[in-house]
Amino acid sequence: MAISKIWVIAEPSDTGITTTSLELLTKARELAGTVEAVTWGLNTAANAAVLGEYGATTVHDVGDLGSALPGAPVAGAIAGAIAAGSGPDAILIPTSYDGRDIAGRLSARCDLPVLTNITDLVGGDTLVTRHPLFGGTQIANAEFTGQGPGIFVVRAKSFAAEPSGGAAPAVSPLSGGDLGATNASMIKNRHVEERSGPKLDEAEVVVSGGRGLGDKENYALIEQLSKLLHGASGASRAIVDAGWVPYSHQVGQTGKTVKPTVYLACGISGATQHMVGMKGAKNIIAVNKDQDAPIFSVCDLGIVGDVHKVLPALIEELSKR
Amino acid sequence: MNIVVCVKQIPDPAAPQSLEAGTNTLDRSGKLILDDSDAYGVEMALQLAEQAGGGEVTLVSMAPNGETAGLRTALAMGAAKAILVSDDALKGSDALSTAKVLAAAIKRANADLVIAATESSDGYTGTTPVQIAEILGLPSITFAKSVAIEGTSVKVDRQTEAGYDEVTAPLPALVTVTAGVVEPRYPSFKGIMAAKSKPVETLSVADLGLDASQVGALGGRQSITSVDEAEARNAGEVVVDEGDGAQRIVTFLENLKVI
Ligand SMILES: Cc1cc2nc3c(=O)[nH]c(=O)nc-3n(C[C@H](O)[C@H](O)[C@H](O)COP(=O)(O)OP(=O)(O)OC[C@H]3O[C@@H](n4cnc5c(N)ncnc54)[C@H](O)[C@@H]3O)c2cc1C
Ligand SMILES: Nc1ncnc2c1ncn2[C@@H]1O[C@H](COP(=O)(O)O)[C@@H](O)[C@H]1O
Repeated sequence: MAISKIWVIAEPSDTGITTTSLELLTKARELAGTVEAVTWGLNTAANAAVLGEYGATTVHDVGDLGSALPGAPVAGAIAGAIAAGSGPDAILIPTSYDGRDIAGRLSARCDLPVLTNITDLVGGDTLVTRHPLFGGTQIANAEFTGQGPGIFVVRAKSFAAEPSGGAAPAVSPLSGGDLGATNASMIKNRHVEERSGPKLDEAEVVVSGGRGLGDKENYALIEQLSKLLHGASGASRAIVDAGWVPYSHQVGQTGKTVKPTVYLACGISGATQHMVGMKGAKNIIAVNKDQDAPIFSVCDLGIVGDVHKVLPALIEELSKR
Repeated sequence: MNIVVCVKQIPDPAAPQSLEAGTNTLDRSGKLILDDSDAYGVEMALQLAEQAGGGEVTLVSMAPNGETAGLRTALAMGAAKAILVSDDALKGSDALSTAKVLAAAIKRANADLVIAATESSDGYTGTTPVQIAEILGLPSITFAKSVAIEGTSVKVDRQTEAGYDEVTAPLPALVTVTAGVVEPRYPSFKGIMAAKSKPVETLSVADLGLDASQVGALGGRQSITSVDEAEARNAGEVVVDEGDGAQRIVTFLENLKVI
């Protein structure tokens, strides 16, 4: 079945539409003649212009969800369109907290399979998906073999977001259908953790720390450095699981994918599951006291040394500027 | 308070892994162990049942070759019993087929709460639990960093991009937990001994009333057509710090015009 119409799940955020959604819209333009967005929330009118700029010719608006989690109502609305025969040939969904909920709900509701952890899509009669395996050392090519539409869950930073300069699209409502108990999860309160500087997955410079820092207090070195470099602070899973820093800092297979201009890995061994999230950085610097650490096999500049010596000296150097 | 925990039994993630020739699916023929990610769910369930002052924790797992090693670990932690679905017809199951099987098994347990991990360590699709919830008609809350029962509801602090949300759902519901939601206990010697005689009910696809064409490779409707070697990234300069490490980094950053 040729792919002529793609729907992209365009997740609203506090500041507009998430970057990953715009990345998917950009890619979708290359894969299909018609690209449309599915979105929700209170700001659709304002967001529609941006979605148009990135190539959506129609915006399907699920509307105000109140305090409900998006998974069930958004999936329900799309399922309704598919059942009515007005659905697309493929649905692209960002890998995110709500994106995965939507994908899971939609898949089960429509009895359609779903492909996840996609990092590239190749167009043609059927879409071929690419997935990193074993920490990104190998890439699997996969495709759907049954009747569509296929559900594709794509990782952040797989594509660059580039506007096409499209006009503001028509907005049409997409209603939810009967959701019953599945729509009963309600947000009671939101907690925003203080963050200064750029977001981890958007920063030009990322400074990450691992178990080699020795203890939780030393993570302050990472924060000072990332601040001096106007970047963001990341972490290996080892220190997230140890409770030194929140999960939102984690880089890797089960955390974020980052592609900064510079990635500075401090006291991180370079496990495959970490590297799959940062190998795409333009430049990698590593500081590790073990000269055989795997991280050195991917870095542009490796310093075999002690983070407790190198990082304070670096902070002092940079503070002078 | 009856709690069902989905526990996946997987090849040791620390050991080298490979794909099976022909199907390109993960080789699961060796010894399997309890997925670490699910140890958090088991611990969470045990604590919630304790706090509720009773009720049973039942494990549900789908695995090849009647594998029970991982289930025994979770039983040794304190779960009461297990349901194992094992059937040759399940080989090559994708996430949706897996969810259909697990949902059918969970139905037999009369659960107030279903707990799974956010994602498994070997497949990491992260969609199976929500698919289960949809099939069972349950509300779900994913990415829990804390879970509490309040009357007839479950209250979860759910990880978000910006921090976390407090989310509630009426029971019965499904919750997925992140690593670190609780500290899993180590099975005691007594626990390990007791686990040997705890009931493990083994079911086939037919026992669950499912059609073999809905599950396994037949029900999959997706295939891995080929596998490529990824482009390797070449190593650059690696130098031993002679007190000049910081200066070298500064020069490198200057050349990139980052500073
Ligand atoms: C399914 C699965 C998913 C995973 N997902 C992720 C993920 O998303 N992200 C992730 O990061 N990991 C992930 N992991 C974990 C991963 O396998 C590693 O365990 C983890 O990345 C190790 O973190 P680390 O490098 O900080 O710690 P370690 O591997 O313990 O390395 C510490 C390093 O610090 C060095 N060191 C020690 N002291 C000093 C010093 N004073 N100065 C300089 N260097 C020093 C050591 O030489 C060592 O190389 C995953 C694992 C599994 C099984
Ligand atoms: N075969 C299985 N048996 C039991 N639980 C499973 C199985 N597959 C997935 N799960 C549960 O669903 C979670 C997410 O799995 P996945 O969708 O593979 O990332 C796992 O961590 C388990 O809690």
